[in-house]
Amino acid sequence: MFTDLPLLSLLIWLPVFGGIAVLINGDKNSLARPLSLIIAVLTLLLSLGLYTGFDNASYQMQFAEQASWIATYNINYSLGVDGFSMPLIILTAFSTLIVVVAGWEVIQHRVSQYMAAFLIMEGLMIAVFSSLDAILFYVFFEAMLIPLFLVIGIWGGPNRVYATIKFFLYTLFGSVFLLLALLYLHHVAGSFSILDFHKVSLTMQEQIYLFLAFLIAFAVKVPMWPVHTWLPDAHVEAPTGGSVILAAITLKIGGYGLIRFALPITPDASMALDWLVIGLSLTAVVYIGFVALAQSDLKKLIAYSSIAHMGFVTLGLFIVFRIFANSATGSGAVLAIEGAMIQMISHGFIAAAMFLSVGVLYDRMHTREISAYGGVINTMPIFGGFAVFFAMANAGLPGTSGFVGEFMVILAAFQANFWYAFFAATTLILGAAYTLWMVKRVMFGEVANDNVAQLTDINRREFLMLASLAVIVLVIGLWPAPITEVMHASVEHLLTQISQSKI
Amino acid sequence: MIFEVVNMSFALPEMFMLTMACVILLVVAFLGKNGASTAYGLSQLTLAITAILIYQGMEASGGLTFDGTYIKDAFSDVLKLTICLINIAVLLYSTSYLKARALFKGEYYVLAVFATLGMMVMVSAYHFLTLYLGLELMSLCMYAMVAMHRDSSVATEAAMKYFILGAIASGMLLYGMSIIYGVIGSLSIATIAEVIQTGGVDNTVLSFGLVFLIIGIGFKLGAVPFHMWLPDVYHGAPTAVTLFIATAPKIAAFAMAIRLLVDGLGDVHQHWQGMLIMLSVLSMIIGNVVAIAQTNLKRMLAYSTISHVGFILLGILSGSQEGYAAAMFYALVYSLMSLGGFGMIILLSRQGFEADTIDDYKGLSERNPWYALMMLILMFSMAGIPPLVGFYAKLTVIKAVVDINLISVAIVAVLMSVIGAFYYLRIIKVMYFDQPVEQHKLEAPADMRVMISANALAVFALGVFPGSLMAICVAVFA
Repeated sequence: MFTDLPLLSLLIWLPVFGGIAVLINGDKNSLARPLSLIIAVLTLLLSLGLYTGFDNASYQMQFAEQASWIATYNINYSLGVDGFSMPLIILTAFSTLIVVVAGWEVIQHRVSQYMAAFLIMEGLMIAVFSSLDAILFYVFFEAMLIPLFLVIGIWGGPNRVYATIKFFLYTLFGSVFLLLALLYLHHVAGSFSILDFHKVSLTMQEQIYLFLAFLIAFAVKVPMWPVHTWLPDAHVEAPTGGSVILAAITLKIGGYGLIRFALPITPDASMALDWLVIGLSLTAVVYIGFVALAQSDLKKLIAYSSIAHMGFVTLGLFIVFRIFANSATGSGAVLAIEGAMIQMISHGFIAAAMFLSVGVLYDRMHTREISAYGGVINTMPIFGGFAVFFAMANAGLPGTSGFVGEFMVILAAFQANFWYAFFAATTLILGAAYTLWMVKRVMFGEVANDNVAQLTDINRREFLMLASLAVIVLVIGLWPAPITEVMHASVEHLLTQISQSKI
Repeated sequence: MIFEVVNMSFALPEMFMLTMACVILLVVAFLGKNGASTAYGLSQLTLAITAILIYQGMEASGGLTFDGTYIKDAFSDVLKLTICLINIAVLLYSTSYLKARALFKGEYYVLAVFATLGMMVMVSAYHFLTLYLGLELMSLCMYAMVAMHRDSSVATEAAMKYFILGAIASGMLLYGMSIIYGVIGSLSIATIAEVIQTGGVDNTVLSFGLVFLIIGIGFKLGAVPFHMWLPDVYHGAPTAVTLFIATAPKIAAFAMAIRLLVDGLGDVHQHWQGMLIMLSVLSMIIGNVVAIAQTNLKRMLAYSTISHVGFILLGILSGSQEGYAAAMFYALVYSLMSLGGFGMIILLSRQGFEADTIDDYKGLSERNPWYALMMLILMFSMAGIPPLVGFYAKLTVIKAVVDINLISVAIVAVLMSVIGAFYYLRIIKVMYFDQPVEQHKLEAPADMRVMISANALAVFALGVFPGSLMAICVAVFA
């Protein structure tokens, strides 16, 4: 049924044009919210069509579309998804819906512009995940910065201008190197198709430079230590919706970029420099874990915990070379990559839920200082239940999605090197420490002050939003197979690509 | 004796424009102070009809005429058409500004039409003297335009600087031309190219002449280190005149660079490439870094122009057809963006208020969301952020440099565009994130409102579908 429809184009342009419609409609009537909701729901439903129509057995690009865009330079509007991008597109559609719901009552200032920014961003992010032409990818990759820049700058906290300009320039700095790399690859491959880039053979020196360019671009997005410093600022100052999208999707674009560009295009350089990425990832896991422990601001704590969790993604992606080196079969390699992917998706839900929880508290108390809270669970029992659950998931409690990805990566890391696994496993302690300590200080204990005593529990809208996330976190935690199944063929294909030298 | 039949039709648009310029001059002289409106209408009519004449002649075959001093080719057609269209928009933007400041005089339009004629001659010149003729016709008109605001000491100072430095530049250019004449024995660009191709030319002396040519071109384009006049003139001139200087003349200067360096001296490409790399890299660095420190929007855009010139030079220095096409694309896109940027300053200004400091833009999105959105599009486009057309301009020139393996220059270019993004973002920051200080109601005539919207939306539309304009530029050099 879906095969005739240009589903990916619909997924990209429905939210973009919907967002423009919301923007044009303006704030004169109260249509902005319901209209945005309808568009977000429709997009999510359409995105599910990708899942049902997806052929699990194939690693080929599916739902492919192709049209000439800039004929002179042979730049095409070519779209397609595989097992890596498809789940991330659904995640994007879901997160945007949550953001629209989350901003329903909270945003009272320039509502239509707020909703429009997120809808347009949704379309652009889906386009990033489905672009198969390098320039098309880059255009969407950069264009995405514009709405996010405005969202943080207009609806953000007191220090929003600093945060948003830092965010913009940081990511722009990273991505210009990506542009150079893409132009160079075009010079070599004679086409801008990403799939052609995968096939082109490159010398070691070329690969090293290209790999470093990719790494700068995507490490800033992920973000990896030491180029992570924009993230805590951006997260703290962004409105709740902005934080959710940042954590749930934009960080994933970094991981996705490594999978789509760095690993298959420069496998030899990735192998030669895997120590660098592994080192940075483990630093993120361990050092940033300690940094998170020291935070007094709720959002900053979650931001740092995001960096630590994303460390698992990059770790999972790059230990495969060591696993291949240690065993001929490389069975752990599949585990590592799938673990990294699950970690990305799971983190998308958990971090979103954590930021939403902070948003719930912030809307009532207008502070994010941990010390301003205490004993919240006494006045907000339902919310407390959700918050504790998400905190547990963030700490990697078995049965939640947070456990699956981390566990798979740690298991795979054992096949690479004991010490990798050892340091990675410290997250189980550190993550539990900073998360649970925060929960203890905010949620439990006596009611700390009058403000906390006057808190009201979550309303139906907030309940719906948190409950849907809780269900997903639980389902993925107990039964991750539906996700691993769709990506299995693509993971296998990626592993054959990276195990073949391109020199 | 063989008489060459001069093909007048190749220069028909110019002849029409010259006639009309003289008519406008007479009308203005006859009507005196009341002639401004008539002159405005006649100028627009002239530009429009010239544009139509050029457009209609585009299909016809081209070639050399007037004894090989003048050329009609695809390159000249496209650039001349753009120059006319841009100047129509410039005059449209300027009118309300001039009216509010008692500058609404017929002389402005006479000078503008003559300057346009000069640009067209520059674009079509295929002989050093024709080129120089066009250049001087354009420059002299512009010196006078900068000085039009007689009571303003800033404007007079700017005009003085512009005139003196411009004269020096012209002198340099002439000196370079004379040296090349000494080596080649001809001033015709076609002959020069032919002689160089056959070989046996003294390259040392030729390079010596080349240096002076490049200094002249650098002055006219505003490339570092010959950029000193540019910020002062942009800042000092009335905004309507700044708008005029900042748009179409850059296209003409680009055409001059292509005629001299590529058409004439294309075979000694290796001799000028190094010099252009220096100019280009310095322009990108100085332009972008110094722009950060500006508090005046006109000055900031002046430095941004310098950096854009650096990018245009990137395309030329690559020495490939694709690079020239990229530079041409950049020059066209630049003039469109610059038109919008200065147009916006004019739109927001009123009598006694120039709207040219960055603080004047505080909270613009609260005061008028639509203008703020248009300015946002223009600024992001100048910063080179997709999906706006400024991105593709940068993309194509950087691609041209990467393709000839000058990766280090490409790295400088992309780093500088990140630095450049900062000051464009600052404009967006004050418009969107700051509270308005100025509460004066924004009023603008309908034609200007439509024009600015069309201008910014064109930047956006060309960003979504840049293919056709790129195809035109590539076809010109194919």
